Amino acid sequence: MVEHSDAVPRDAAYWAKYVERLEVSDPTEPHGYNLQGRRVAGPMNGFGRLWQRTYTADLGTEVSPESLVADWRAHFGQYWPRMGRFHGSISAIEPGDVTALTAGGVTSGILVLYADDTSFTFLTPEGHMFAAMITFSAAMDATGRTIAQIRMLLRCSDPLFESMWPLARRGEDVFWPGVLRNLAAAHGLPDVAVGEHTVCVDRRRLWANWTNVRHNAGIRTLTHTLSAPFRPHRTRTSVR
Amino acid sequence: MAPAAIMDVTHPAPETAAITISGDVTAACEDDLMAAHERASDGGVKLVVLDFSGMNYMNSGGIGMLVTLLVRGQRRQQRIAAVGLTEHYRQIFELTRLDEAIALHDDTTSAIAAFAAQGG
Repeated sequence: MVEHSDAVPRDAAYWAKYVERLEVSDPTEPHGYNLQGRRVAGPMNGFGRLWQRTYTADLGTEVSPESLVADWRAHFGQYWPRMGRFHGSISAIEPGDVTALTAGGVTSGILVLYADDTSFTFLTPEGHMFAAMITFSAAMDATGRTIAQIRMLLRCSDPLFESMWPLARRGEDVFWPGVLRNLAAAHGLPDVAVGEHTVCVDRRRLWANWTNVRHNAGIRTLTHTLSAPFRPHRTRTSVR
Repeated sequence: MAPAAIMDVTHPAPETAAITISGDVTAACEDDLMAAHERASDGGVKLVVLDFSGMNYMNSGGIGMLVTLLVRGQRRQQRIAAVGLTEHYRQIFELTRLDEAIALHDDTTSAIAAFAAQGG
């Protein structure tokens, strides 16, 4: 056995605690049906090709990386374009938060895996369109300008979603630049240019994971919506 | 500025390489880790052991970097193992499900023994 220090690591407060299955942070949130009880699915648990996609925007010198990320964490859902909705009613993006979201008509969610002063990272659950790790960050470049970045490492979760990848990719190329433009506009930069860079990290498809289709959030969202008239009416109440 | 991670490559057994990673593991050390993996892969290595016993800090960029390393290793038909993880970092591997693709062991000796027992 090797010996390890028992001291608390410097990064301990930034990471989510281990959970076997996800529990939605806000129990009154009605959109958690594709999230509650799911396991997370990182990039190695998906099906399709592995992509690293990066979007960047130069936010100038008026805002520091720390201030920008603090604001981004506090108002995360407000910077989303209309095509998506982040159902984070109690979340300020803290490590371990589990929050539902709807994008492209599909309801799923995220786990906040990591959050510090200059970055925060989401992991997606089983059934989400992507088995992904998405990091939102800000850093100062060599000239003292603050660069906001969204970087994701993702595979489509199952063969159905993989077949939709060309369409999904175009949607991502509208959605995430929209987030960065909204963030920039809130900091006084209404017409910021957004850079995009995509690398295929792994061209292989992980056929062993084709059975992920049983969790497909698109199918489950459709089923949930169609069965709504036949479910007992649920009143949204606060939980004490 | 955070101190950079230091990567040392050794070959503790035939067809086995160990990369000892010390310091702060972030996306900033991706080039160093990939270069270390290139050096480690010389001579048809089949098992790459990542020794984290000297790691002081890791952020989510470090986890992303390990996913990329895993893909590179799989392309070369290598098995990747991690040793020397504290309970804190072990739980991060488990939470992200990296432990399903990277075998976790206490030390390099047990990683090599487990690899040999699986038919190496």
